[in-house]
Amino acid sequence: MQLRAYIVRRLLLLIPVLFGVTLFIFGITMLFSPTARAMLFIRDPKQLANIPALIELYGLDQPFVVQYGNWIGQVFQGNLGYSKIVSMPVGDAIVNFLPATLELAIFATPLIILAGILLGTTAAAHKDKPLDHGTRVVAILGWSLPTFWLGLMLIMIFYGFITGFLPPGRLSVQMDLLVSAAPFVRYTRINTIDAILNLNGPVLLDALRHLVLPVITLSVVNVAFIMRLMRSSMLESLGKGYILTARAKGLSERVVNKHARRNALIPVITVSGYLFAALANGVVITETIFNYKGLSWWAWQSAINLDIPAILGFAMFNAFLFVLVNLVVDILYTRVDPRVRLGEAVQ
Amino acid sequence: MRDWRFTVRQLVKNPLSLLGIIIIFIFIGIAIFAPLIAPTPERYEDRPYMIPRDGYWAAPQPPDEDHPFGTTMGQYDIFYGVIWGTRSAFRVGLVVIGVVLLIGIALGSLAGYFGGIIDEIIMRITDIFLAFPALILAMAIVAALGPSLKTVMIALAVVSWPSYARLIRGDILQVREEDYIEASRGLGASSGRVILRHALPNAIYPTLIMASLDIGAIVLAAAALSFLGLGAPEGYADWGQLTSFARNWIVGPPGNPLKYWYAVTIPGLFILFFVLGWNLLGDAFRDIFDPRLARR
Repeated sequence: MQLRAYIVRRLLLLIPVLFGVTLFIFGITMLFSPTARAMLFIRDPKQLANIPALIELYGLDQPFVVQYGNWIGQVFQGNLGYSKIVSMPVGDAIVNFLPATLELAIFATPLIILAGILLGTTAAAHKDKPLDHGTRVVAILGWSLPTFWLGLMLIMIFYGFITGFLPPGRLSVQMDLLVSAAPFVRYTRINTIDAILNLNGPVLLDALRHLVLPVITLSVVNVAFIMRLMRSSMLESLGKGYILTARAKGLSERVVNKHARRNALIPVITVSGYLFAALANGVVITETIFNYKGLSWWAWQSAINLDIPAILGFAMFNAFLFVLVNLVVDILYTRVDPRVRLGEAVQ
Repeated sequence: MRDWRFTVRQLVKNPLSLLGIIIIFIFIGIAIFAPLIAPTPERYEDRPYMIPRDGYWAAPQPPDEDHPFGTTMGQYDIFYGVIWGTRSAFRVGLVVIGVVLLIGIALGSLAGYFGGIIDEIIMRITDIFLAFPALILAMAIVAALGPSLKTVMIALAVVSWPSYARLIRGDILQVREEDYIEASRGLGASSGRVILRHALPNAIYPTLIMASLDIGAIVLAAAALSFLGLGAPEGYADWGQLTSFARNWIVGPPGNPLKYWYAVTIPGLFILFFVLGWNLLGDAFRDIFDPRLARR
């Protein structure tokens, strides 16, 4: 299939997915009485008398289909609603909070993939030796760790015990003031990148200091996962005929491992799509614990404060990203494994 | 069906899975004997799952003879909380896995066996669920239904069934074309009978066992929700909540930064070991069931 046709077809699939996700979440919010939902619009007990008027104004007692239709209509006009907890339109909130989360992902993702592949390959090459057992124990321990607890323990040790060493948040107070003032230009709102572009050493150092613990918290569970996957995939490909041939030809173990690794990578690429979902989950906990104000911190706040437009907007944005990431993964797949053709089932 | 004795021998021979089994049995023991290990004080007799509190002082107090693990914020007894919290953990894990497997088996076998439009519809629905990070979806559901242990279970079931439905569909697809399925269909067996008597028993045992070992993961997710303030009511014996009580007491006063270490460390270790037990066992099973690696 042509690459372009394939991409178009996959992007068309976005429509039912977005429709389903929003319908589902909208359905959940409809479980509340119109009064409860009208309450979200008032800030003062004195305004309680306005509730019937608000229900009337926003059509909160209309049938489900009508309300959903109204909302979708607004979305098509580019209006995602207003996020009450951060006092800005949902679209602005996404733009505002995305860079922080991206920054976490930029540091965590390569770390997870490289460490996972390296450890997994090493474990497979030493199958059933102490090194293999050791990495296995570490991996199982890693994915049994409650992320929130790991984060708190890290804070206890690296912020409490070694007082003030690696603080929570995104930037310390002075640096935060510095980056919002005139000479500092916010190109991307990603602190580390902005600091480099502004050639500002102290800001870079400060941003990195705030990133270490969240990135570790986010990575541990996923490194364990990728590592185990890489190990079993590597073991499988080491058992293949072409490896036997390579060995028979007298190639060194290093070259043999290289042959095997290339093929062992295929399932790892597949799970990179999974990694996106795993990161999205992990980031909620990480941002909450470290008071790191990114997209997921906002999502958590809106979930516990019932900021419905924010939850819906975030849901759509996430589903959109998810479909996009999986599309990229599928295209990458064909590059690594020439046997795979786009649009055909992958075994 | 695999050789059971072989499987059991493999599990016991492997020190890691043996450790997992021992950990799980210790937790089962704690859950069963909770009333003996941490007796409920008289004034709490009508609500044994509420953690007894010793005053209303905010700062956690270190372990002493009355409170072997100390008290956490609000003077809730940590020892009582973690012991009875074991029961909460098993309840959440078992109920959610049970419900999820029922839904997964029902929809997965329908999709796999009949294929066509039914398959297409069910799989697109699972797509929708899988397109959204499970924890965030669960958060939204709990927030909407009102935080409680029951809604946590509902939310976890709602977000977890799609992956099980997919796994079971895959299993069914593999056996659907086998001769014995064809034969029983040829003999006039109804679709329901073929699925229940022939396809399922031959297809799903590995999936079933792997799924039941997901209890650790489910309990971990439930603890995370409780930690985020979207779980058990305040004072309920629940590991996630105990950890969240400690959140404001991670770092002690200057000069004694580790003053409140017990408040966060102890509940967290209970979660870690519980999940570790199931994962150790799960890892061993994965090797046993992996046809590419097994018995090599």
